[in-house]
Amino acid sequence: MPTTVIEGHNISVDDEGFLTEYDQWDPVIASALAVAIGVDLTDEHWKVINFLREDFKVNGATPTLRRVSTAGGIDTKSLFALFPKKPAKKMSYIAGLPKPAGCV
Amino acid sequence: MKKLLVLGGGTAGTMSANRLAHLLKDWKVTVIDRDDNHRYQPGFLFMPFGTYSPDQITRSRRETLNKRVDLVLGEIDRIDGDSNKVFLVNGTEFDYDYLIIATGVSPRADQTDGLAEGISSNDAVHEFYSYEGSQALAEKLKRFEGGKVVINIVEMPIKCPVAPLEFAFLADDFFKSRGIRDKVTMTYATPLGAAFTQPIAAQAFGATLEEKSISVEPDFMLMEVDNDANEIISFDERRIPFDLLVSIPVNMGQDFLSASGLGNELNLVPVDKFTQLSNKYSNVFALGDANNIPASKAGSVAHFEVDIFIDNFIEHIAGKEMTHRFDGHANCFIETGGGKAMLIDFNYNVEPLPGRYPYPIVGPMSLLKKTRMNHMGKMAFRWVYWNILMPGRQMPVPAHMSLSGKHTEMLDDTKLAKAAL
Repeated sequence: MPTTVIEGHNISVDDEGFLTEYDQWDPVIASALAVAIGVDLTDEHWKVINFLREDFKVNGATPTLRRVSTAGGIDTKSLFALFPKKPAKKMSYIAGLPKPAGCV
Repeated sequence: MKKLLVLGGGTAGTMSANRLAHLLKDWKVTVIDRDDNHRYQPGFLFMPFGTYSPDQITRSRRETLNKRVDLVLGEIDRIDGDSNKVFLVNGTEFDYDYLIIATGVSPRADQTDGLAEGISSNDAVHEFYSYEGSQALAEKLKRFEGGKVVINIVEMPIKCPVAPLEFAFLADDFFKSRGIRDKVTMTYATPLGAAFTQPIAAQAFGATLEEKSISVEPDFMLMEVDNDANEIISFDERRIPFDLLVSIPVNMGQDFLSASGLGNELNLVPVDKFTQLSNKYSNVFALGDANNIPASKAGSVAHFEVDIFIDNFIEHIAGKEMTHRFDGHANCFIETGGGKAMLIDFNYNVEPLPGRYPYPIVGPMSLLKKTRMNHMGKMAFRWVYWNILMPGRQMPVPAHMSLSGKHTEMLDDTKLAKAAL
């Protein structure tokens, strides 16, 4: 498993750079990951990221856009505005979670 | 006398009811469904091109079920998992000792702005994931004289995730045979980043789309269908004009499941991915498309899953630990046109790879390669479905996926380690 150094910490990531250890994530790392993909984090972004982290902890899977919209209360249109082009991928990347597996 | 109640008399429900009725002679097995028409759903893909007639893909559920199984026709209102009861809309109630939910998923055009309206009143908007829709599309294709054909998947997961690709390949063939292919442009708009979810197969399918001059519009998340302009619009505001839109609507489980506290945001029943036992009730299982396991929604998954489930169920009702684990095994034939097909075979941990199936070297099927043999396998499958799978006879292929015959050298070390799990 590859590792990378973010903000001075050794972090385990997969071959696309997604964090593989839930507990290695913290808000500082999230900010660094966001910068890396050109996302400027606002309160709205944090609302999404916090929902993703909480929901993953309970259900063991990264929520899909539909779930963020129905259970998290942030609609898909807004998600596209917050994380342009590829919201599912970008939001899970910043939240330190695997890509949502809605696609099999 | 113990009571087993099975909701849904489709692929998973019929197979499990028939096999358990055979094994549990002193149990009362009841299936509830809303109608007596069991559709061979893989046939919906072929209906638009006139390959199958309606009667070839329809049987009576009653006749498909074992004589020891009771079939009740009625609309389900709700499940009360705490009191072990199921209520029908007409007020009838059924109690159970064990419950199998096998009510599948259905295309839900109502979930997307403009889509349901388009299908019902815009002659340029169609779908083939329902019996009625595939017939209406057949009529449309007969009259189609050319223009912009757009195939769009609204949202994953969908039943038979390769079917939209197959539709594209077969439509290309169909337009060629009618001599109008040069008057048709074809676009495949998908919410995925590529033609398919799994990288090695995506490459093979992508190459086939290119050969057939079908352009791919990746990462296209549909926001609405504009029926005045005849355009589809994505959340990031890309617009694709069409003369014929073939939509694959959002696929959802039945609404009564969420109303009963048993469904997630897509009305899918959360279960343990290895045993399909409900996360909520220890006497409720959900099989086939109705559950939330991270595998394809496909008849082949239902088949392999039921194989494993039967052994687990017998242990479970005896109060023993369930010792069998479903691995997410799927295999699907993919029609590529010209009388050929590809075959893919994969599970939770191993993506589709090239090679031979079911036996190394001799096959006779080839994985991820277009062959006539694969096409014959696909066409023979309708017979296998009605005559072997539904009655609950055993297929001579193992339920777990096997790595033998597959080109595992194409996987890197991380994926290989996962494959060995």
